[in-house]
Amino acid sequence: MADNLFTLILTVFVGAILAGWASRFGRLHAAWVAGVTVLFALGQLLEPMQAVFAGETLTSRTAWIPTAGLDLSFRLDGLGLLFALLILGIGLLIVLYARYYLSPRDCMGRFYSYLLMFMGAMLGVALSENIIQLLVFWELTSLTSFLLISYWQERPEARQGARMALAITGGGGLAMLGGFILLGEIAGSYELSVILASGDTIRAHPLYLPMLVLVLLGAFTKSAQFPFHFWLPNAMAAPTPVSAYLHSATMVKAGVFLLARLFPALSGTPEWAWLVGGAGLATLLIGAVFALFKHDLKGLLAYSTISHLGLITLLFGIGTPLAAVAGVFHIINHAIFKASLFMAAGIIDHETGSRDMRRLNGLWKYMPHTALLAMVAAASMAGVPLLNGFLSKEMFFAEAFSASTHLQLGWLLPALVTLAGVFAVAYSFRFIHDVFFNGEPIDLPKVPHEPPRWMKVPVEMLVALCLLVGILPSLTVEPILELAAGGVLQTAPPTFDLAIWHGLSPALLMSVVALVGGGLVYAARYPLFRLHDRCEPYCQAKSVFDALMAGLFAGAGWLTRTLNSGSLPRMLALFVTFAALLGLAGYLGGGGPLTGSRATLPVDGISLLAAAGLIAAALATVILHRQRLVALVLIGVVGLVVSLIFIKFSGPDLALTQLSVEVVTIVLLLLALYFLPQEAPADSSGLRRSRDAVLAVAAGTGTGLLAWAVLTRPLESISDYFLANSVPGGGGHNVVNVILVDFRGFDTLGEITVLGIAALGIYAMLEHLFLPGPAYDSRGRPWNWDMHPAVMASLTRLLPLRAAGLGLHLPARPQHARRRLHRRTDHRRGHHHAVPGQRRGMDPVTAAGQHAPAGRAGPAGGHCHRPGEPGLRLPLPYLGLHPPALAGGRGLRNRLGHRLRPRGIHGGGGRDPAHPHPPGTDAQRQPHAALGRGRLSLMEALVAVIIGVLTACGVYLSLRRRSFPVVLGITLLSYAVNLFLFAMGRLTIGQPAVIDDAATGYADPLPQALVLTAIVISFAMTAFVIMLALKARAELGDDRVDGDGPSC
Amino acid sequence: MIDTALTIAFTLVGLAVALSFWRLLRGPDAPDRILALDTLYVNTIALLVLFGIQIDSNLYFEAALLIALMGFVGTVALCKYLLRGDIIE
Repeated sequence: MADNLFTLILTVFVGAILAGWASRFGRLHAAWVAGVTVLFALGQLLEPMQAVFAGETLTSRTAWIPTAGLDLSFRLDGLGLLFALLILGIGLLIVLYARYYLSPRDCMGRFYSYLLMFMGAMLGVALSENIIQLLVFWELTSLTSFLLISYWQERPEARQGARMALAITGGGGLAMLGGFILLGEIAGSYELSVILASGDTIRAHPLYLPMLVLVLLGAFTKSAQFPFHFWLPNAMAAPTPVSAYLHSATMVKAGVFLLARLFPALSGTPEWAWLVGGAGLATLLIGAVFALFKHDLKGLLAYSTISHLGLITLLFGIGTPLAAVAGVFHIINHAIFKASLFMAAGIIDHETGSRDMRRLNGLWKYMPHTALLAMVAAASMAGVPLLNGFLSKEMFFAEAFSASTHLQLGWLLPALVTLAGVFAVAYSFRFIHDVFFNGEPIDLPKVPHEPPRWMKVPVEMLVALCLLVGILPSLTVEPILELAAGGVLQTAPPTFDLAIWHGLSPALLMSVVALVGGGLVYAARYPLFRLHDRCEPYCQAKSVFDALMAGLFAGAGWLTRTLNSGSLPRMLALFVTFAALLGLAGYLGGGGPLTGSRATLPVDGISLLAAAGLIAAALATVILHRQRLVALVLIGVVGLVVSLIFIKFSGPDLALTQLSVEVVTIVLLLLALYFLPQEAPADSSGLRRSRDAVLAVAAGTGTGLLAWAVLTRPLESISDYFLANSVPGGGGHNVVNVILVDFRGFDTLGEITVLGIAALGIYAMLEHLFLPGPAYDSRGRPWNWDMHPAVMASLTRLLPLRAAGLGLHLPARPQHARRRLHRRTDHRRGHHHAVPGQRRGMDPVTAAGQHAPAGRAGPAGGHCHRPGEPGLRLPLPYLGLHPPALAGGRGLRNRLGHRLRPRGIHGGGGRDPAHPHPPGTDAQRQPHAALGRGRLSLMEALVAVIIGVLTACGVYLSLRRRSFPVVLGITLLSYAVNLFLFAMGRLTIGQPAVIDDAATGYADPLPQALVLTAIVISFAMTAFVIMLALKARAELGDDRVDGDGPSC
Repeated sequence: MIDTALTIAFTLVGLAVALSFWRLLRGPDAPDRILALDTLYVNTIALLVLFGIQIDSNLYFEAALLIALMGFVGTVALCKYLLRGDIIE
């Protein structure tokens, strides 16, 4: 039982898939599958139905994401049951009807698949217990109705109508999401059972009004209430079975369903009465009046639907229990007669080829059977006695009359309601008289005839229901109505009397006035049509909507063009200005003192010299950037010094990765430079250069100060966990690498993805890339004829040896590779053989080459190596980027012995590696005293200045108008970013985060792991931009990036 | 003793670095600068080895070796560019 409701909805969705699949085997298979699915779903409803009739409210809960507290929860009470029956019952008739309606050209599978999906979504709305889940299904109905309305995709009006419906209902859904979140927060739960029980709390809450407005926006857009009503007539471009389904029992009823569902929680306040009642009354009147003037058969029905929805909304707005009962009753009746009317209209369209009532006349002679059915249904719509429409309409009139006694100008409400009734009668008369009588058909494409037998069956069944409910209400509809009304009110419904004759009452008088007045209005229709034709151009909601949409598009286009002119310098300048201002605002807004309390490190001469060199080289890159090769050499120096900074402050992994990437970047830039101009002319005015310089200095100053603020603050790191768990949990001693491949392995995966995407992009750009290389160098000299100068060739031949010596993973000899997998480890004793190859009597070069790849196996070190099993591999970006010997913690430690300690602290060793010193503690800072020697403690300031200068130079170069300096700028900026990220871990000297028994402290590994990621990502970016520059050069013959050049 | 030696060595290598920087910025021609860059790499190796001795760690010898290789590759690439333009043929 518990899962029954869930499986019920699931059945329908599965049916949707099956229907689409079944249509491969024959045109009608999809219809059969759909019919069986709906019947099966109805059968599943039988058992819970009995429980509901016994007075229970069934809730079922299926765990979905239990850890997040998310369940799929469903609820079946009287209201839900009524809607489920309407959705499935009328759905079944629609399935039957559509099988005859759709022509052989239409794809059956697609239709039934969409229809069943929509049906499942509607069931979800009707049966949801959780309101967020309800909203998900709600949006699903918007999406699937979009598919249904645009079923005839080749027709522009279908596409436009579908788009409009989606825009309106989707926008309403968005508002409703806000409303539901407010509602859930006010009630303290998103479960309907809690919300419905806490009506008093909700109504007394200060956020009641905004929440109500948002929820009502959702309900009104869905139920086509004024002023959102106009999507409904435009949705008539859908196939008629879709219209019959969406606009009778389902889609538009979702809005009134929501009003009914939340009735106990939200109603009973003046706000509710005015908003809901006002919208309902306006919609009722406007729909009724406009319906009379539509010459399109379906247009008339569309506006009458709007009008009837307004009627139901008005009833809920009145807010008395009896009004709610009348509202539910009219939901049932309207679903029945409107579905049959739409189907009848579809039959007429199908068999005559036209829906224009000015041409359709006198069809009584050609299709008497259909005419009779349509006439009964239309009479029910008009509210003629002995039909179901009469009963609910009379209840409506009675409620409107009794509500008016509490109001000022109280006579107005019954008068307006009666006026709407007059027009309802008039358009119903028109539907009957204009179509079936009134002379002969005019110029129809087909000779009218009766439809196939089975096409009329659904209409017959619905019309029979109209009569049954109308004549014998207490035997037919009363039990389910009472049940549903109980579901709406969440208490026992008031006693109501569904008699046809209540004696002489005001409601009866209003009914009579409506019937007589309707006849008179219809008689006077021609002058009214002429009046309407004159007014029509001024009261088109669709044109207002179109104008709004056009304005929206124009505004968005203007904004995009204004902000994004296609010029990189301009966008970057905006970005940098904004970032600088934001930083300034943040600082002025009370960000605390600039300098923190952390003790700073002393400066030594070499650091000062290196920093001076870096700053000079960075500035020289900027000054000489138009001599491109020179700029490239200079930027190489910058990269070298940045790597030195990493080495100095305990990040050897980063240094080597940075250096490798830098060399590859230079090679790539050289490759690109070959095809680009060697020297670029000055392309900016002096004014512009000054502006860029000001921006660059501002950005650099801000970043530098920020770096200073970070560097001088005490470190509170989460890295203790990583340090403590690296060996026992991750099986590796190099904590930075364990973070990358283990603790934060998914981030690394993302990083690899970025690299892969960049590679794909580059590959795509390389396709058909034709770039003629220059015949002479920049000074007009011919290139050297010798491809492989002897000195180079002999030097490169040495390379593999050097690589092996360094542990680079250039291909090791296979027979050795195999042996290395069998390297035995013993981590309990905590040491290996100093150089494994020596023990086996190999030559040292091969041994080192062999040992190193085992080290490259990464953080797992020896732990993951089982005999005969390949070692754990580092992720792709780190192959070749990481210093292999450093990557493997254990191998490193063995070769370095225990000599990572600085001098003079020998006594501090032997700590438990599971509880190392947290980074940044005093114990860790102690060793630097040996290096300090009482000089100026301004190392942090030096690093901050370097970061600032790199940022300034990078920003200035990025603001240039050609791609080459922009790439240089990006490279400089990436250095600045990497240094800044590195600075987050503060500066520590000589304490790499490699777990060692003797170490006295560790640098924070987490920022280092971040820097490694940043290096790789910025490399991907640089490579991509270089390729873009080349592509632009090939396509446009230019490497400008400011959008002023030739446009694509 | 070793401290004094280190101080002298650091001073001398620092001087070499400073002179390399000077040649790099001064030029006047591309080969001059490339040569300055290569010399800088060599000096960097020396600095690293000295630093390793100073804080008593083998770690930096590894780094020095890799820098040697990278410096070599960079210099070769730049020289190849000057000679042939296209560096990967």
